[in-house]
Amino acid sequence: MAHAYTPGLKAISCARITKNRLLPIPGKVLVEKGKEVSALDIVAETDLPGKVYPMNIANRLGITPDEVKGFMLKLPGDKIKKGEVIAENKPFIKWFKTAIESPVTGTVDAMSEITGQVLLRATPKVLALKAYVKGKVIDVQPDFGVTVESEGTFIQGIFGIGGETNGEIALAVESPDEELLPEDIKPEHKGKILIGGQHAGIATIKKAIEVGVNAIIVGGIHDKDLRKILGYDIGVAVTGTEKIGITIVVTEGFGMIPMAEYTYKLLVARKGEQASVSGATQIRAGVMRPEIIIPGYPKDSNVCKKEEGRGWIEPGDIVRIIREPHFGIIGKVHSLPSELTKVLSESKVRVLTVELAGGEKIVVPRANVEIVEK
Amino acid sequence: MENNNLNVIIATDCGSTTTKAILIEKKGDTYRQTFRGEAPTTVEAPFEDVTKGVLNAITEVEELSGRKLLDGEKIIIPSNGNTGADTYVSTSSAGGGLQMMVAGAVKAMTGESAQRCALGAGAIVMDVLASNDGRADYEKIERIRQLRPDMILLSGGTDGGTITHVVELGQFIKAADPKPRLGASYKLPIIYAGNNKARDQIKDLLGDNMALIISDNIRPSLEHENLMPARHKIHDIFLEHVMQQAPGYPKLMAMVSAPIMPTPAAVGAMTQKFAKANNYNVLAVDIGGATTDVFSVFSEIFNRTVSANLGMSYSISNVMAEAGLANILRWLPFDIDEQDLRNRLKNKMIRPTTIPQTVESLQVEHAVAREALRLAFEQHKALAVGLKGVQQERSISDAFEQSESGQTLINLMSLNYIIGSGGILAHSPRRTQSMMLMMDAYQPEGITSIAVDSIFMMPHLGVLSQINDKAALDVFYKDCLVRIGTCVAPKGLARENENIMEWNVVEDSGKKHSGILRFGEIIRIPMEGNAKLTANPVRGFDLGEGSGNKISRKVEGGTVGIVLDGRGRPFNLPKNHSKRIESLNKWYKAMDMYPA
Repeated sequence: MAHAYTPGLKAISCARITKNRLLPIPGKVLVEKGKEVSALDIVAETDLPGKVYPMNIANRLGITPDEVKGFMLKLPGDKIKKGEVIAENKPFIKWFKTAIESPVTGTVDAMSEITGQVLLRATPKVLALKAYVKGKVIDVQPDFGVTVESEGTFIQGIFGIGGETNGEIALAVESPDEELLPEDIKPEHKGKILIGGQHAGIATIKKAIEVGVNAIIVGGIHDKDLRKILGYDIGVAVTGTEKIGITIVVTEGFGMIPMAEYTYKLLVARKGEQASVSGATQIRAGVMRPEIIIPGYPKDSNVCKKEEGRGWIEPGDIVRIIREPHFGIIGKVHSLPSELTKVLSESKVRVLTVELAGGEKIVVPRANVEIVEK
Repeated sequence: MENNNLNVIIATDCGSTTTKAILIEKKGDTYRQTFRGEAPTTVEAPFEDVTKGVLNAITEVEELSGRKLLDGEKIIIPSNGNTGADTYVSTSSAGGGLQMMVAGAVKAMTGESAQRCALGAGAIVMDVLASNDGRADYEKIERIRQLRPDMILLSGGTDGGTITHVVELGQFIKAADPKPRLGASYKLPIIYAGNNKARDQIKDLLGDNMALIISDNIRPSLEHENLMPARHKIHDIFLEHVMQQAPGYPKLMAMVSAPIMPTPAAVGAMTQKFAKANNYNVLAVDIGGATTDVFSVFSEIFNRTVSANLGMSYSISNVMAEAGLANILRWLPFDIDEQDLRNRLKNKMIRPTTIPQTVESLQVEHAVAREALRLAFEQHKALAVGLKGVQQERSISDAFEQSESGQTLINLMSLNYIIGSGGILAHSPRRTQSMMLMMDAYQPEGITSIAVDSIFMMPHLGVLSQINDKAALDVFYKDCLVRIGTCVAPKGLARENENIMEWNVVEDSGKKHSGILRFGEIIRIPMEGNAKLTANPVRGFDLGEGSGNKISRKVEGGTVGIVLDGRGRPFNLPKNHSKRIESLNKWYKAMDMYPA
């Protein structure tokens, strides 16, 4: 039977998920292999070296660089406190005395007799790495971190902003094609993962931030609203470090696009349960998509589907068209002709025919569809 | 290292997503590219071995050509009848290519020289650190800490000059203690190519914690730039340190007959060979999904820049952010809602493999492409400059010109050839589209030939040129370059419809064309072969021989032919909305750009 490979986002009700939780530099791993962890448990920590503050003591005291050492009250390796005098001159008249105070608490890192530069380093900052998902530690990488394994529902979005967060799943709409409006967001949604429908506008997102919602999961957003929230245009899709007070996961794309019914149903089935959400997206080599992880399997074992999908399309499959002129429309694959076909733009490409709800059949480049889970 | 005993050559380019193999065979006295194959690159999990993709691509060549090239996982060398090849060469940009941070004492002087040095070696420059780069010292240290380059190039000061600034930069680098991008287990390589008097201090500072390599100063004096010794060191380190960390590369290095080159360095090498062989000034561009590389050779000086975030899919939103929506909209011959356009471009960014199905959708991509090409060219012009800070001796006549040091080397009137590659230029449904995109983005002046590298073969040929010039140039002329035509654009401005040039074209076949070019119009003369052009611009218009001076020259035709561009230089689109749309439609029709 004819089939075509297609990209698709994962939406699996019963998945085995592994997460590597690694420090950026060596540190201490706090949990051992086999331990059960909750999402907020600290699994590893390290001291991030403090910021470096260069000060040109020679210039500040009006001396030559090779004289600096003689004017220093604190030398490399010495501890210092913010406001403490670290160097001073010794004039005959004390009114002309210049004392240089440390702008930071930490240590003197280095001193140069060539440049007259003294480098101060702030006290290290502790980086505590959370487990992020509830699960079991299945591997430990000494000095760096652990691998946590969890069983549960795993859903990928297409684009997100904001970092990792956790909370209880709450519903704010009654169907996947309903727009999430500001009045849908209530005080009781504080700290929750809020499921919207086809779209959230700027007023809705602002209201969610104001209320203290941890994350919004929604079908689409407008790019102009994204720009307003961030204050700048996102140039390349490398996100996850934005600090806007909320994490947003977009499941379908930019515009008003109903959330895929399958995704919506998976989320509805887990209402009231705890979820881990990350908006981090990276669309380059080593693609990373935003995600929603809900530990544990759905109560209704009938909805438990463990396979990831076959990764290709066959006639009868449900697909979403992901490019104009039929962007967002869902239909059923009718046929997959093998020969190259000239489309309206005159490009010769491989196509498929899609049957729409009303029975109309349209021709679409295979690159412009993605499979929709049933 | 010229090797003339080559009859069969296999070459690969390991890109981020695809590994492309080509087979070159000697037919009589000439080398021709005969078969090609491609396979997904296998640097990332689950394979983590680049040679798997290489072998898959070569297997495809084997199947298509019927020539047995592989014995298990080995390439059969030398050739014997219908078996094996005489040499195997490869380039690589897989795993993100070569990423560098460079530092120089003064941004516009050693900072720029360091940037040119690294870019010419095929690197992506992540940041340029300089004593006067406008950032506070602590900000510089923070920035170095965040970057994870493959290597650092530290320069600064002329030989024998002051050492303070460059030592200070060394101190900042030491304090930041940056880590290498690939593998935490090896020391980050740092090339010192600054003031030779500061070498001991730099060794004391950085010798213990980093893999320090000393090279000749890239700016031994203000008047002299010496980039090649440091560039060679960059290539050595790329092979010895960086490539050794990338999955499967030690195996690949054992397979090749000549050192692996970073892909852009190979394209640069081929651009230079072509320019030198024809005594041309050349501009070459490769516009990809994420980045746009620009190469130029003007008066034998080679420059390369890479615009890391200007591209047609992953970076399409960044083109919008940098160019501004208005600049994209100005190329569209129809109205489109701003919100709709924004959403469309973002949807392409998040689903980068989709393709335009309608003419309208294609025109939106072409509008973005013009802006990406234009912006990357602006960045190139800013770096392809003469040395700054140089004392110039001026005669009386120079004094009237008031030219400053550090002027761009790019002179569009003396540009002979433009070569475009990358999907949007090489695979547009009509070649007239590729030609128009390059004409609009670069606005060539006078007479300029335009071609595309249809299957992006320049990397393979660039690395091959290191061992056999003739093979590389033969294939370049006969199989790589697809000549699309010549743009004839008189420089000057006039009122709409004013007569600006009389012209006459005689094709080699004897067929004649002649007419008058009016301001604001485009005339396309389709022709495949070459022709003799005689053009007589009116006063105020220049084709390279001075205002109002007649020109007579042999010109290349191609898949598009000769295009007489009477839109003037500098070319400005009409400000009036309906006039702009009318003009765009008129030009697109004259070029036969889109289906009616």
